[in-house]
Amino acid sequence: MARFSVHFKTILTLSWRNLWRNRRRTAIMLGAISVGVWAMIFMTALMRGMVDDMLNQGIRNLPGHVQIQHPEFLDDPNVVNSIDEAQGDLLAALKDDGTRVWANRIRVPAVIASERESRGVNLVGIEPLSEAEITGLPGQIAAGRFLESNDDKGLVIGAKLAERLETRLGKRVVVMSQDPDNNIAERGFRVVGIYRAELAAQEEFNVYAARATLQKLLKIEGRVSQIVLVDDDYRDVEALYQRVAEAAPEGVEVKPWYEIDTYLAVMFNMMDGFVLVWVVIIFLALSFGLVNTLVMAVFERIREIGLIQALGMRPGLIVYQILLESLLLLLIGLFIGNLLALITIKPLEDGLDVSIVAEGMAMMGAGSVIYPNLSLYDVMLANVVVILLGILTSILPAWRASQLDPVRALNTH
Amino acid sequence: MRDVTLRMAWRNLWRHWRRTWLTVGAMIFSNGLLIFAMSLQFGSYDMMIDNSLQAYSGHLQLQHPRYLDEPKMRYAVDDITATGARLRRELGLESISARAAGFALASSEERSYGLQIIGVDPAREPLVSTLPGLVKQGRYLEPGVAGEIVIGAVLARNLKVKTGDELTFIGSGFDDSFAAGIVRVVGIFESGIADLDRALAQVDLAYFQEVFAMQERGHSLTVRAQHIDDVESLQAKIATLLDNNESTLLRHWDELQPGLRQAIQADMASNSFMYIVLIVLVAFSVLNTQLMSVLERTREFGTMMALGLQPGRLARLVMLETALMTALGLVLGIVVGLIINLYLSRVGFSYPGMDEVALKFNLPERIYPAISVASMTLGPAAVAVGSLLAALYPALRLYLLTPIEAMRAV
Repeated sequence: MARFSVHFKTILTLSWRNLWRNRRRTAIMLGAISVGVWAMIFMTALMRGMVDDMLNQGIRNLPGHVQIQHPEFLDDPNVVNSIDEAQGDLLAALKDDGTRVWANRIRVPAVIASERESRGVNLVGIEPLSEAEITGLPGQIAAGRFLESNDDKGLVIGAKLAERLETRLGKRVVVMSQDPDNNIAERGFRVVGIYRAELAAQEEFNVYAARATLQKLLKIEGRVSQIVLVDDDYRDVEALYQRVAEAAPEGVEVKPWYEIDTYLAVMFNMMDGFVLVWVVIIFLALSFGLVNTLVMAVFERIREIGLIQALGMRPGLIVYQILLESLLLLLIGLFIGNLLALITIKPLEDGLDVSIVAEGMAMMGAGSVIYPNLSLYDVMLANVVVILLGILTSILPAWRASQLDPVRALNTH
Repeated sequence: MRDVTLRMAWRNLWRHWRRTWLTVGAMIFSNGLLIFAMSLQFGSYDMMIDNSLQAYSGHLQLQHPRYLDEPKMRYAVDDITATGARLRRELGLESISARAAGFALASSEERSYGLQIIGVDPAREPLVSTLPGLVKQGRYLEPGVAGEIVIGAVLARNLKVKTGDELTFIGSGFDDSFAAGIVRVVGIFESGIADLDRALAQVDLAYFQEVFAMQERGHSLTVRAQHIDDVESLQAKIATLLDNNESTLLRHWDELQPGLRQAIQADMASNSFMYIVLIVLVAFSVLNTQLMSVLERTREFGTMMALGLQPGRLARLVMLETALMTALGLVLGIVVGLIINLYLSRVGFSYPGMDEVALKFNLPERIYPAISVASMTLGPAAVAVGSLLAALYPALRLYLLTPIEAMRAV
């Protein structure tokens, strides 16, 4: 090992000096690696930011990281497909410290009518206190107030819907739905609050009333459509899901978000794949230049390599020296590339405004501002891929150099 | 003379055949990848537009000027059937269909749901929309028959009705009167587009006008052009036919489905970024190769200049070498791209989970590349331009060369 470290110092010096013998070539190659690495990280951070936003918004609108409902409810959101409010074992499990927030919810299709217009809406019965922690709805109230208790008699509607109905704060509207026996359930509500959402479609579609008020209207006392649960991080809901699934009574269905919205789940899973493909493609485009640089570096030094071989340097050390040269090149390139990425992402921290294509982003489920997400995992991935594959592609030119016949090499040129 | 430069350039290229092939290799890789990506991209855009517009909204819609932003019953177009007939006659285009839309609460024996109810012209609707063709159970509407309804599959499931069952619906009519009717479900369509399958129903237009007290009014004349490229010229033609008519406005599909064009633009922007990075990396490769090849020939170039060659000739030589290399990369790259495309146009392209994403954008589970002159050459052409630009620096350096010093260079 002692011999190794002596060698290492010499070889390192040799590699470092060799690297700078042809400054221009090294500089160009460094330029290419830096741009490549910058692009890997920059693009990934933007995409991550966009997909994170999609997931956050999407999951918040489901809402809940885990949902409990009637097995038929998702396909047929009718009042008959209801379940009991949380009670017994389930209630005990929910009150366990691990569940951050949970709430009973009613969700039924309904028709809302003002004096002028009527629209089909999604009537949501909420428990205002828990809901506040799940959806952030209270913060979106633009006029009036949010619901205050489980038997609040008011109605909160979106600004867009108010416009469509030609109604406003304080006015009365009629809400019609059906009870479990298919009798029309009808009731007048006063609009007590108007909210604004990021996606216009929600504003037009979701109408909020208090849970107990709706139970009375729909004649489903003690029953709800869903129980929604929110954990700390949507990426890690498995424990909560297992715990609730065990405690849930028979005949109800417990589902994590990724089974409810498969589009979101796919986006979530696909992101890692996308990052890897993007990094590898950029690396491949770089690899041609890298091999080229090494091949030329070896070519220029054929005589020299022949000479040191004749002087007794073993082929292994030649391979070693060239690989080290390539590694140094990669490391410097990575350093500059990472730095560039940091410098360019930093000013975008407050968000990159893409509202020009806002409706297109909405179609994908994302908002109109992208907040780049520079994740350590992605940065590590880019760096590790570049180093590993970089060394791998350098092996061939390095090995070829070590296989030179000293006599012939010395006689070249 | 020219011939000599060409021959020299060609031979110079192969003095370091490994280096040349590696540079050409970078070009082939990028060109193949660009062709692959762009063809799929264009292919999916075409499909996305076609599928989204064909299903329901059509290419153009003639509406009341305020209807798009406020789809209310009272923003209607007068004499819609007559206007439709006139346009069909004067344009010689059959695919123009009148519609009227309203909102109603529909009830079956067990269930009640709010739905969008559309009055259509059953004879013309199949020409502007694919929905009539997607009736999976029963049949589509018949012209002039009142009291029949066609509904979406999810709606049918939620209402728990089959073909032959009756539905009652109530809503409010044009004059705010009470509108109600009893209809028989004759067909159930399944489009795969959740919004349509969940909340759309169609009845005969004349019947709709009667029930909703619309008289001769409707809400849109939906126009489908022969081809998406004809939409703009058709729009201009219709605009002149309806000259000085301020009570209607012709809406382009961009306005009807603003998300579609913008989703494509957002996708294009992010893809362009990736393409540009690839092109820049190839340019670096070329810069590296050509600069090295010029530097190592300093002595040689010095001698040639001493023999009377102008620096311009030498610069042209270097540019010609680059051009030859680029041409090689271009041709082979296109060949590689074409092979990939031909293969994909037979088997299609898909990746795990793509079906979910595809559904969201009205795409099939497999996408097929659009092989066109544009998709096959845009990428390679950009790579070629990038490469030639990169070679300018080494080529222009030659103007700074002085023969004596150059000949002394090692």
